[in-house]
Amino acid sequence: MKQEQKHGKTYKFGMAIDLDKCTGCGSCMVACMSENNVPFKVDESNKKDSISWMKVFKLTNGKSFPDTEICYLPRPCMHCSGKDSHNPSPCVSVCPATATDTDPTTGIVSQIYTRCFGCRYCMAACPYHARYFNWWDPKWPEGMEKYLSPDVSPRMRGVVEKCSFCFHRYQEAKDKAYVEDRDEINEEEYQTSCTQACPAGAITFGDLNNPSHAIHQLVKPDPHHYGKPRNPKAFRLLERLETNPKVYYISEKEWVRKSGDNYLEGEWEKVKNHHG
Amino acid sequence: MDSALIPDGAKRCSFPVFAIGIAAVGAVLLWGVFAMFLIWFKGLNQTNMNDYYGFALWIWADLAVIAIGGGAFFTGLLKYIFGIDELKNIINFAVIIGFICYSSALLILAIDIGQPLRGWFIFWHANVHSMLTEVAFCLSCYFAVLVIEFIPNILENKQLIKIPFLRHVNHNMHGIMAVFAATGAFLSFFHQGSLGGVTGVLYGRPFGVREGLLVWPWTFFLYTFSAAAYGPTFTILVTKAVEKITGKKLVKDNVIRLLAKIAGWMILVYIVAKIIDTIYWANVTAPQLGFTLNDFYGHGFYRIWILYAEIIIGGILPALILIFKRSRENSTLLVLALILAVFGVCLNRWVMVLQVMAVPVMSFDQWAHYFPSWQEIATTILPVAYGIILISLTYRYLPVFPQEQELYPETIAAAKAEAEAKVQEEDAKKA
Repeated sequence: MKQEQKHGKTYKFGMAIDLDKCTGCGSCMVACMSENNVPFKVDESNKKDSISWMKVFKLTNGKSFPDTEICYLPRPCMHCSGKDSHNPSPCVSVCPATATDTDPTTGIVSQIYTRCFGCRYCMAACPYHARYFNWWDPKWPEGMEKYLSPDVSPRMRGVVEKCSFCFHRYQEAKDKAYVEDRDEINEEEYQTSCTQACPAGAITFGDLNNPSHAIHQLVKPDPHHYGKPRNPKAFRLLERLETNPKVYYISEKEWVRKSGDNYLEGEWEKVKNHHG
Repeated sequence: MDSALIPDGAKRCSFPVFAIGIAAVGAVLLWGVFAMFLIWFKGLNQTNMNDYYGFALWIWADLAVIAIGGGAFFTGLLKYIFGIDELKNIINFAVIIGFICYSSALLILAIDIGQPLRGWFIFWHANVHSMLTEVAFCLSCYFAVLVIEFIPNILENKQLIKIPFLRHVNHNMHGIMAVFAATGAFLSFFHQGSLGGVTGVLYGRPFGVREGLLVWPWTFFLYTFSAAAYGPTFTILVTKAVEKITGKKLVKDNVIRLLAKIAGWMILVYIVAKIIDTIYWANVTAPQLGFTLNDFYGHGFYRIWILYAEIIIGGILPALILIFKRSRENSTLLVLALILAVFGVCLNRWVMVLQVMAVPVMSFDQWAHYFPSWQEIATTILPVAYGIILISLTYRYLPVFPQEQELYPETIAAAKAEAEAKVQEEDAKKA
């Protein structure tokens, strides 16, 4: 029997990554590529033109042996909320063809591949380098195309792509909830592939608006300050630019938290207790 | 061979010499066209751009040609709206240069996008909040205005003007040209400004971002003003180059000096505004985001010299040369000032595109490096070759410079004598 479509609940999906748990194994990157049909080249040695929706950066504390410390920082798309309604995420506001937009029901920044005409203005706008251009035709080794996910459309040469927070998984979860006559999807029903693939359990994903979700309890987002974390050990990348990402990082280490943004000399000492 | 097309009284080189010149530049043009098709068929992997350098040489070329092509709208504004009548002697050429610059910009944009066949999406799915959308609309409309402004000059060709209909069209178009000049100035204000806004609104890029007025960052106004200021210097510079190549004086000194003087004052005002903008950005905007000037100018090619070169060598120096009568009237200093001015505005556009991409924003990121591929260089030189060919053709076949005949009365006399001799010969034959 046909059911009437109801206006579902609105979410604000976000991610928290515990950098103290991340080992830099790269499972999240592999899972992401596999899940989202991310194309690759025969020669991937030039990392600046190869696509990796989830990219792991290596940070060091800059000290010499034996005080050297390193930290791996996985970087998906930040799905920025932006400054205000006039300045949504840096990429959304600049796209001339409305090929990227923020979904008001999920907070996810989308990318419409068939509308993108490849001007790359969004890439210029993104300070996180989370957007990738298809410089080449997507090609998979013979037989491998059979392993492509039918839920995610492969992208053509000449368009920009990026992490979608595995949006197709959200659609599946929503379909399931619809069939079961539920308005809401459960936390475990929608998880990104990187979250599930992380062997250290460093990634937490969920609804930032829902106090019962683990991510909310971890970062304690402040709704009056664009979701700024109230957990002193949590931070967002480039907080000062007011891009207001929905991806949070957590670390006990002060130098790691400091690496999340740029500070003038002496500034960090003044803000570190407020900022994490 | 083609004398029937050459304006009356104008002395031009022989057709074979002209053809050899066109063929030489044409070879460069074909090289660019080859690279262009290579890019269209194989994609942007033919470039050295990458995910850090999504905006590169072509965007700079776009911004630069539109800035130096600003001479068309500003000279038109001065002539038709402010009524500076002397400028009628250079307006045709300013329009031709503007036409070349803007058509080049559109061509480069068509090469630069990853899916050229979807280029029309910018109009169909327009995001009104995007500076690039504003650029696309105003640039296309202004190009149409430039075509309209160029048509009367084309119709003045010796053969075309003989056709009564075209003669009337030409006459009537001249009558309403002030309307198009005003429209062109209006559109130029917006697209030049929007180009400035392209990086000014990038609030994720502290090197490019600027505060501003309402929805417009200060770069919006700086770009508009700089195009009006620097555009005429390129018009004069190309005029001087044509005079040098043809060995003829084509525009009287009083016209050149008047436009140069206006440009000089405009550049001075602009550069003062630019200095204020730089000081505010360096001391207020950037520090608020956690950056110092040294963070932006501390790597490889991008050192602090580039800021001084833009402001002093490409701004203050040419402005002063053009403002003072004595230096302005010295032909060597005048040409030096014009070259420095064009260098200055092109460097500004370079910095506002390529350096924005190069500067790392995340504290653990690195400076990005880029050097264009030969395909990018060839397609950037392509418009230069196209411009040289179009200027050569218009100079040869159209009365571009109204003062040419006035400056060379002996050639007019010779042409008149030749025409009279022909008439007498025909009369004699009839008799």
